[in-house]
Amino acid sequence: MAIAKAAPDDAKAAPDEEGTHPARQDADGDRKAPHTGPDEQDRQDRPGRPGRQVLGAPQAPQGGQAPQGGQGAAGEVASSDRPARLSSPLVLTMLLLLMVLLQSPVRRALSAPVMQSWMTVFVAVVVQALPFLVLGVLLSAAIAVYVPPSFFARALPSRPALAVPVAGLAGAVLPGCECASVPVAGALVRRGVTPAAALAFLLSAPAINPIVLTATAVAFPRDPEMVLARFAASLLAACAMGWLWQRLGRTDWLRLPAHAPHEGETKGAAFWDSVRHDVMHAGGFLVVGAMAAATLKAVAPASWLRTAADNPAVAVLTLAVLAVILSICSEADAFVAASLTQFSLTARLAFLVVGPMIDLKLFAMQAGTFGRGFALRFAPATFALAIASALLTGWVLL
Amino acid sequence: MNRQSQSAVLFLLGAALLHAGATDLYLRYVKAGLQPLLLAAGVVLIVTALATWWYERRRTKRHHHQAVPQVQAQADDQAPAPAAHSHPEPRVAWLLVLPLLALILVAPPALGSYSATRTGTALQEPLAYPSLPATDPLPLGVVDYAGRAVYDHGRTLAGREVRLTGFVALGHDGTPYLVRMALNCCAADAQPVKIGLSGRIPPVLQPDAWLTVTGVYTPRVARDPVNDGPIPFLQVTQAKPAPTPGDPYDESWNN
Repeated sequence: MAIAKAAPDDAKAAPDEEGTHPARQDADGDRKAPHTGPDEQDRQDRPGRPGRQVLGAPQAPQGGQAPQGGQGAAGEVASSDRPARLSSPLVLTMLLLLMVLLQSPVRRALSAPVMQSWMTVFVAVVVQALPFLVLGVLLSAAIAVYVPPSFFARALPSRPALAVPVAGLAGAVLPGCECASVPVAGALVRRGVTPAAALAFLLSAPAINPIVLTATAVAFPRDPEMVLARFAASLLAACAMGWLWQRLGRTDWLRLPAHAPHEGETKGAAFWDSVRHDVMHAGGFLVVGAMAAATLKAVAPASWLRTAADNPAVAVLTLAVLAVILSICSEADAFVAASLTQFSLTARLAFLVVGPMIDLKLFAMQAGTFGRGFALRFAPATFALAIASALLTGWVLL
Repeated sequence: MNRQSQSAVLFLLGAALLHAGATDLYLRYVKAGLQPLLLAAGVVLIVTALATWWYERRRTKRHHHQAVPQVQAQADDQAPAPAAHSHPEPRVAWLLVLPLLALILVAPPALGSYSATRTGTALQEPLAYPSLPATDPLPLGVVDYAGRAVYDHGRTLAGREVRLTGFVALGHDGTPYLVRMALNCCAADAQPVKIGLSGRIPPVLQPDAWLTVTGVYTPRVARDPVNDGPIPFLQVTQAKPAPTPGDPYDESWNN
C-alpha cells in the first residue's frame, strides 16, 4: 500500500531536483549559439547525416519537461563537437521520457513478487556499493593525479617478492568493501606499482581492514579465532596470488585503459575526468554484477544448501561458490556466514575468504578495469587459491 | 555515451541518491548507518557531473575558438581531431540508467513474504538477556522475542504481555508467521526471523500486511522447513493492522 503511494512522489521528486541544472545548460546553449552556427552548416553540407540534426534541434525549444530541455541543449553542444552517429544525449532523453510515460505499465509488469524481490536486491546492491565505489574512485583519482610515481617507488621495496606482502599488509588501511579496492588497484598499476603488488593489495584490502575484522568479531562472538583465521587466510591468499602473478603473469594480459591526462589540462580537470570515467565505467560493471547477484538470489532455492552441508568437502565448495554468487559486501558477509549454522567453521571461513576476493560483481568490475583476458585468468586462480588458503588456515587454527 | 550525457546520468544518479538518503526510501535497501555515506556520495556525484559539464564546455569553447578562423579549410579535417581527443567512452555506462530508473520510477518495496518464505529463519542465540522494562503490554522486537523464547525458554517473558510488529508470511502448510527481516548491511544480506502465530489470529491474513500483535509466551517451538531453524510461537490475544514502519528491517544486529 505504502509503496503505491510513495512511488509517484519519488518519480516527481527527481526531475524537480534536476530542474536547476538544465536551466544552466540552456543558458549555455544560447550563449554558444554564434559558435555553433557555422559548424552546423558545415555539417549539413556533408552527406550522410541529414536527419540527426533536424531531429535533435527541435528538442531544446520545447523544453516543457526538465530532462528534455536539458538534454536538448546538451545534444546541440555535443553534436557540434563530433559527428555522432546516434547522439547519446538524444537517446538518453528519449529513454527517460519513454520510461516516465510508461511508468504505470512498467510498474504493473514488475509487481510479481519475484520481480519485486529481484528489483529490491538489485537496487540494494547498487545503492550499498555506490558510496564505497565513489570513495574508491576519489582515492584512485587522487593517486593518479596528485601522487607522483616516485612516491610508490620509494614506499615499496624494490624487489617484487618483498613488495607483494608489504602491499598486501597495506590493504589493511583502506577502509571499506571490495568496490573501493578495484579502482584504487587500477590507479596503482597505472602509477607504476608492480602489478603483483597492486594485485595483492586488491585482494587483501577488502578482507583485512579493521572495519571488516570488527564485523567478523561481532558476528562470531563465540569463535574469536575466526577473526585471526580470516586475517591470516586472506593475507596468505592475497600474497600467494601476488607471487603467482609475478612468476606466471604476463603484462599483455593486463589491458588498462589509456588514462594519461590530456596535454595542457590542469590537475583539477584531470582529477574530475578520472572520477567521471571511473564512476561511469566501474559503475556500469557494478550494475552487471548486481543484476547477476539479484537474479541468483531471487531464483535459486535455499533448500539446496541443506543437502550440501552434510558432506564436508561439498560444504566448503558450496559456500565458496555461494560467496561468488551472492556478491555480498565484505562488511556484511560475516553475518551471513554466521547464520549458515548448518555448515562447519572451515566452510564458513572459505565463504569469508573467497567472497571479498572474487564474486560476480568483482569479476565484472575487474574485467572492466583490467581487461577481460585478465579477469578470465585471474578469477579462477583466485578462487582456487582462496579455498586452498582457507582450508589450510582452517586446519591449523579452527 | 558522450560526456554531456555522462554528466546528465551522473547528476541524476547523485540526485537520486540524495533523494533516497534524505527520505526514508534508503531504509528499504540499506542499513540506517549508511545514510551519511549515501548523502556524501550523492554530493560527490553531482559535483562530478557539474565539473564534467564545465570542463567539457570549456573544451568545446576552446575548440570552437580555434575552429572559427578556418571554418572553410577545416570542413574535411575537423572530424579526425576530436576523434583523437576523446577516446571511446565505455558502452557499459549505459547500464547505470537501470538503477536510476528503478530507484526513481519504481522504488521497489522492502523485501517481504516472498523472500521470507524462501529463506530459513536466521535466529541466533543472543549474547545476553537484558532485563525488560515494566511497561504493559511490553513492546518488543521480533528478533528479541524469538531469541528469548527459544534460547532462554521464555524465562524473562513469563507472565508478560508483549507487543510485536512485523509482516505476515504464510508457510507452505498455511501456518501464519510474523516476520521481520534482519539486516546487516543491505537487502542482499537480509534474513528473516520468524515467529509462529497461534491463538486468536485474524480470520483473513494477507501476506506482506503489517500487523501489531499482542500476546503471551508459549513454549511451543516449530522447525523451519527451509533450514531446520527454530521458530517460536506466540499466543495471540489481539492483532491489528499497522502501518509499514519507517525502517522495515530489524537492525538490532548492527548495534
